[in-house]
Amino acid sequence: MNSLRKTLDKLKPHFSKGGRFSKLQSVFDGMESFMFVPDKVTFSGSHIRDYTDLKRTMTIVIIALLPALLFGSYNTGLQHFRSVGIESGIFQSFGYGFLRILPFIIVSYLVGLGIEFIAAQIRGHEINEGYLVTGLLIPLIMPIDVPLWMLALAVAFAVILGKEVFGGTGMNTFNPALLARAFVFFSYPGWMTGDTVWTAGLTAGKNIADGFSGATPLSLCVTGEISRLPSFMEMFVGTIPGSFGETSVIAILIGAAVLIATGVGSWKIMAGVFGGGLAMGLLLNAISANEYMHLPFYYQFVMGGFAFGAVFMATDPVTAAQTEKGKWIYGFLIGVLSILIRVLNPAYPEGVMLAILLMNVFAPLIDYFVIQSSINRRLKRVKVEIKTSVK
Amino acid sequence: MPRTIKLKKGFDIRLKGVAGKKMAGSAEPDLFGVKPIDFPGLTPKLNVKEGSEVLAGAILFHDKHRPEIIYTSPVNGRVVSIERGERRKILEVVIEKRGNEAIDFGKTRHEEITEERVKESLLASGLWPIIRQRPYHIVANPHDIPKSVFVTGFDSSPLSPDYDFILENSNISHYRTGLYALSKLANGRINLVLKEKSGAGSYFSDIPGIEIHYFSGPHPSGNPGIHIHHIDPVNKGEVVWFANLQDVSILGRLLEEGIYKPEKIVALTGSEVINPQYYRILSGGSVASFVADNVRPGNNRYISGNVLTGTRIRSDGYLGYYDSQVTVIPEGNYHEFFGWATPGIGKFSFSRTFLSSLFPRKEYRLDTNLHGGERAFVVTGQYEKVLPMDIYPMQLLKAILAEDIEMMENLGIYEVAEEDLALCEYLCPSKIEIQSIVRKGIDLMIKEMS
Repeated sequence: MNSLRKTLDKLKPHFSKGGRFSKLQSVFDGMESFMFVPDKVTFSGSHIRDYTDLKRTMTIVIIALLPALLFGSYNTGLQHFRSVGIESGIFQSFGYGFLRILPFIIVSYLVGLGIEFIAAQIRGHEINEGYLVTGLLIPLIMPIDVPLWMLALAVAFAVILGKEVFGGTGMNTFNPALLARAFVFFSYPGWMTGDTVWTAGLTAGKNIADGFSGATPLSLCVTGEISRLPSFMEMFVGTIPGSFGETSVIAILIGAAVLIATGVGSWKIMAGVFGGGLAMGLLLNAISANEYMHLPFYYQFVMGGFAFGAVFMATDPVTAAQTEKGKWIYGFLIGVLSILIRVLNPAYPEGVMLAILLMNVFAPLIDYFVIQSSINRRLKRVKVEIKTSVK
Repeated sequence: MPRTIKLKKGFDIRLKGVAGKKMAGSAEPDLFGVKPIDFPGLTPKLNVKEGSEVLAGAILFHDKHRPEIIYTSPVNGRVVSIERGERRKILEVVIEKRGNEAIDFGKTRHEEITEERVKESLLASGLWPIIRQRPYHIVANPHDIPKSVFVTGFDSSPLSPDYDFILENSNISHYRTGLYALSKLANGRINLVLKEKSGAGSYFSDIPGIEIHYFSGPHPSGNPGIHIHHIDPVNKGEVVWFANLQDVSILGRLLEEGIYKPEKIVALTGSEVINPQYYRILSGGSVASFVADNVRPGNNRYISGNVLTGTRIRSDGYLGYYDSQVTVIPEGNYHEFFGWATPGIGKFSFSRTFLSSLFPRKEYRLDTNLHGGERAFVVTGQYEKVLPMDIYPMQLLKAILAEDIEMMENLGIYEVAEEDLALCEYLCPSKIEIQSIVRKGIDLMIKEMS
């Protein structure tokens, strides 16, 4: 540790302004501050500062994602072995799934962080931690059979056009991870819909066991095969086909508990999304015009990416509403729209992604109205006082 | 029965080194410094040179734009140096004390206390700057008519002095005279704000025109800006004046005894102080006189004031004009290996991302390390938790950065000062310099409105 510190101190001048490698200053700083919290002290203002920083905040989100990652690895293996008709143990399934997701994670971080490093260097800023979370979120919301080059392209699109052109982390309008998914969804719809992409190896279609379809619960609902839905419990536990990290509501709820306990994720947004989904689900149940609408509302919470979106996507502080009242409204509308798109729009079996991206656009508008009400209170105060003074 | 305003938002930073309720006697410094930088927005014009002889209460410098506001020497002596900083900005005027002579401003009998007389005494003695105003949190303009006057009778900031203890050890008559005199500046009415359950109310409740308010809750419940916001908020075009209770006692003494003697009781606090306790000292006195042998050796930061809003001083620096506290904490210029990844049992935080949040009573020795690098605004909903005002801090800060005057007005720039948002700065995970942004916004408003 000390020798590492000494090496860094020795190398630092080369990477500073005027040094041989000054073009790599941001990268060096990023690596250095990753390993060592900087020795900078307060100069003006508050003399003491909280121990928390963005690295800490992002680390908590990554910890919260781990249960979904671990369960996703297991489930990917499980689905694969089911599809080829082989009985497999827990560790065998987990091992297979983990080896499948690992290249996704590596490609996602390499491409995303690479672009972040270049962008930081061009701007002369320190490297932002935002991508640490985005880089893990993207593999978790992809179908496992998506080719790696497609993933790399989606990541590049999301980071460059979704984030860097706006000024980097903190300035973006859209959730970058969802943008990556939307990119694949619209550019290569064949890889994001249908029944085969959700199970590892099913697209290639070799040695598939008879009767295995790989259809997700949502596609069963859209095609009217509701009778073939897995049980509620199965969907709650997550042993069903779906995007890598989205299937297990249990794992996601553990993550939600971590986010809420540490205060890193907004419980108001999460509660808002579930509240909105509940309201829309109940409304559809009341109308019950077709079999899908008749499906009990609580099934909506365990199918597709609803829970994952509510806990990990909608709560992105940069793209969500930023006022506390606004967060309730923002979350609620996401919940309503998700279910609405799912059930009433046959073109898109999954509505969560589009609902969140749409609400990303409207978040500033929600905040505008919340803040305007505070401004009006302030203006009203003046009027009241003028009135009383006239008396 | 005065009502108690209970605040829930806010945060108490649990630092080690609160001052024990013990008077350690008087500090007798030889050197005194009067610092123009204690007064934001002031452009000082010097009236003395190095070597000038001054009496206690004699002018040192005045406000270039408002020449009737003067700043005077707390002691009799000789100006030994005038320290200047960048672009010859005056940092401090240093006086070496000799003897006890003071200018005689004449005693004022109780029935002679009128608005005119009080203003005159305050301006002539250099005591006027104890009165500050909202908006802008600057020294009040003597030509304004304030809609109300507030006196802050407690402090909620980290390791702050206990005003009940200070009052027990002070001449209450000075306080009463000072409060009565100030009430004359606002049509005979004055608001005194005390901490919930404070016994101090009994000293003052029979002063004519006084209205006592009680506040409870975590810091910043003791900030005048918060009190004004909840009792008589400042709207565009209005002015509210406020002063600190200890400073008011200096006014009382001026009227009763006819001399400018800015004596205060000051708490020496902080984790690096061996024996945190109270001292009697004249405003501007060198802290070396009472800090020197009471501090643990090491690389320490000396702060006149509290850790959130205080001014960094040398170990032989001078007590700030408005400060009743000196804090000594360790410097934090070290690298920490994977510091952001540790479980953090010993890492105090407003967030609940460290294990320290499982120990809600422990007190901490915190240093000056930034604990991270500066980033854009990312996390939301944190600042609001420590600002007990109907104000959206992040949006206000963004309006200031965008220099959007109208939006700043709408979002409440007239009601806030740096100190009110100091906690936001403390807890900001993006390490944004919030207090300097607020002051930048205020400076912009002053320029725009003049």
